[in-house]
Amino acid sequence: MLVGAVLIIPAASAGLLAALPDNRATARLNALASFLTLVAASGLFVERPQPGHYLIVDDLNVVFIVLSTFVGFTTSLFSGSYIAHELETGRLTPLYLRFYHAMYQTLMFGMNLALLSNNIGLMWVAIELATLTTVLMVGIYRTPAALEAAWKYFLLGSVGIALALFGTILVYLAAHSVVGEGLDAMAWNVLVRRAPEFDPALLNLAFLFLLLGYGTKVGLVPLHAWLPDAHAEGPTPISAVLSGLLLNVALFAVLRFKSVLAANPGAFAPGPLMVSLGLISVIFASFMLYRRHDIKRMFGYSSIEHMGIVTFAFGMGGPLANFAGLLHMTLHSLTKSAIFFCVGHIAQAKGTQHMPDIRGLTVSHPVLGWGLVLGVAAIAGLPPMGIFMTEFLIVTTTFARHPLLAVALGLGLLTGFGALLLRLNGLAFGDPHGSSARPKASFVPVLAHFGLVLVAGIWLPPALTEWFQHVARLLR
Amino acid sequence: MDRLALDVAHLFAGGLVLVSFMLLYQDRMTGLVNNFALHALVVSLAVAWQAHIQHAPHLYITAAIALVVKAIVIPFALHRIIVQLGIHRTIETVVGIGQTMLAGIGLVALSIIVMLPITAKAGTLTQQDLAFALSVLLLGLLMMISRRNAVSQVVGFMSIENGLILAATGAKGMPLVVEISVAFSILIALIVIGVFLFRIRERFDTVDIHALHEYRGERP
Repeated sequence: MLVGAVLIIPAASAGLLAALPDNRATARLNALASFLTLVAASGLFVERPQPGHYLIVDDLNVVFIVLSTFVGFTTSLFSGSYIAHELETGRLTPLYLRFYHAMYQTLMFGMNLALLSNNIGLMWVAIELATLTTVLMVGIYRTPAALEAAWKYFLLGSVGIALALFGTILVYLAAHSVVGEGLDAMAWNVLVRRAPEFDPALLNLAFLFLLLGYGTKVGLVPLHAWLPDAHAEGPTPISAVLSGLLLNVALFAVLRFKSVLAANPGAFAPGPLMVSLGLISVIFASFMLYRRHDIKRMFGYSSIEHMGIVTFAFGMGGPLANFAGLLHMTLHSLTKSAIFFCVGHIAQAKGTQHMPDIRGLTVSHPVLGWGLVLGVAAIAGLPPMGIFMTEFLIVTTTFARHPLLAVALGLGLLTGFGALLLRLNGLAFGDPHGSSARPKASFVPVLAHFGLVLVAGIWLPPALTEWFQHVARLLR
Repeated sequence: MDRLALDVAHLFAGGLVLVSFMLLYQDRMTGLVNNFALHALVVSLAVAWQAHIQHAPHLYITAAIALVVKAIVIPFALHRIIVQLGIHRTIETVVGIGQTMLAGIGLVALSIIVMLPITAKAGTLTQQDLAFALSVLLLGLLMMISRRNAVSQVVGFMSIENGLILAATGAKGMPLVVEISVAFSILIALIVIGVFLFRIRERFDTVDIHALHEYRGERP
């Protein structure tokens, strides 16, 4: 029942939003639909239906779904005020707005379906749907730069998705000689249970394709080329959703397959592969942070860095590293989307995303400026915020097992830290520069996210810790 | 399974790899699109044959979709786009045709070396189908990186999809979900591509991807 609601609400409202002409009401309807989805998703903690052929609710995906619908809801609030400004300045026409809202809900539908699916084929379809909707939204401004970004994203994303499908077919082949033909050979709960009997060679090859395919969507270096462009050129709410949610969904797919592989004694250990991809991403992205001129591109690279950290943590494996990785992913989603909320309003106020033209924000726009300072402090990993704690956990658990890896990871983190603070200094302090117009901004989503991140850093509710530890143990 | 059935399946799958090679050396747009239509025709024949020997009637639907959409509708649409844009003459390649073909041969050898031992337990039919499918996939990727023109990259991508369909039908008894979804995704992809092509045309007066690179996001 609730599972159905999580899927039907976004799907139905996508159709409705495409049909409604009035553009004041649509932003509210978008927020309302996202809110209802969030309510339905939270109910999944309580109601746990039996896994069917197509859908499943288990301890792992509940975490992702609630996070996803929560950020989806707050982003829809931010999107309301952001889009109103875009309409006023004429960057978007009412027709495009209708398209935008319909696509937003379709994206939510695609992501929820991917998380809830109990069928590796269905999950693949859902991730492809989510990719295509974001491609369309990245290109919505129709500037040359936006079109290039969308085209690049489309090509790289499709190649990634094609590789993932090949991997999916190989997993089915490995399963069908054991489980038998039909839907059972594609269901997660069956795959994990019967994995020890599968042919290890087939599983190995399949995981390579799946890691490269879905890894493209996670934005792991060297498959990341689409990510900074897509973040910089699309509407800012989409950058927030991309960073905060879609990357997680792709990573979720990798995690599911990793647990199948981990259950098979003959298959290779997927950990080292993920650790190296993650570490390369962290180091590469943290150096790339230095020479950015576009504020949204910079935070795009920061997303690559943090997805690298999360992949690294899950690759290390073990209850503690998995716990830290899961928590880091959650906090990164919250922080990064809140940063994009601030950046969106800042870019609207200043009329540019070009960082040398933005200065002295704390003086000209105190709330936005200090919001950005807080966000960058959180994402860079300064102590009172939650990300400090998770990064600390990841580095220390790594140190206990592979000291050299921990040194490399620590250096990458410090490099990124330096770059972000350097840029922040120019953006937030000094004499104000350029326009000081005040856009109608919505601060509630920003404050809600930062509040949660701060609380997580100081005091995690024991119930939540227990839940995350439980999920971390499930992941192996 | 009798010998003849296996040989015919082998013939179609091998034919698909051959047509993939033909796609690599096309130097005119019209030729490229016609060749793609042939590619789709071969894949639909291969799928129909699989439906026949596996006694899986639902695969005929997949074959029909491949035939109607990819061998008829999409080539027709692409021809119209090419005429409208006036780009039927030239295809710009990044490296020469000769080197591309050599790389292609290497890729086919690679996929056979990788796939045959791993899938040994899966049965002869599946084994060969998968090796051929991986070859088609890699050749499609090669085509995408060796061409600068938007339309030929799209054709390369669709040839990858054909290879995937071959793999999916070769995996015996794989539920229909995937086949239909592949067909749907191609349809969606075409809409996306169509939109993009027209927008690119509108803004740049060219569909050469190279022109796009001038707008790289970083301006000092």
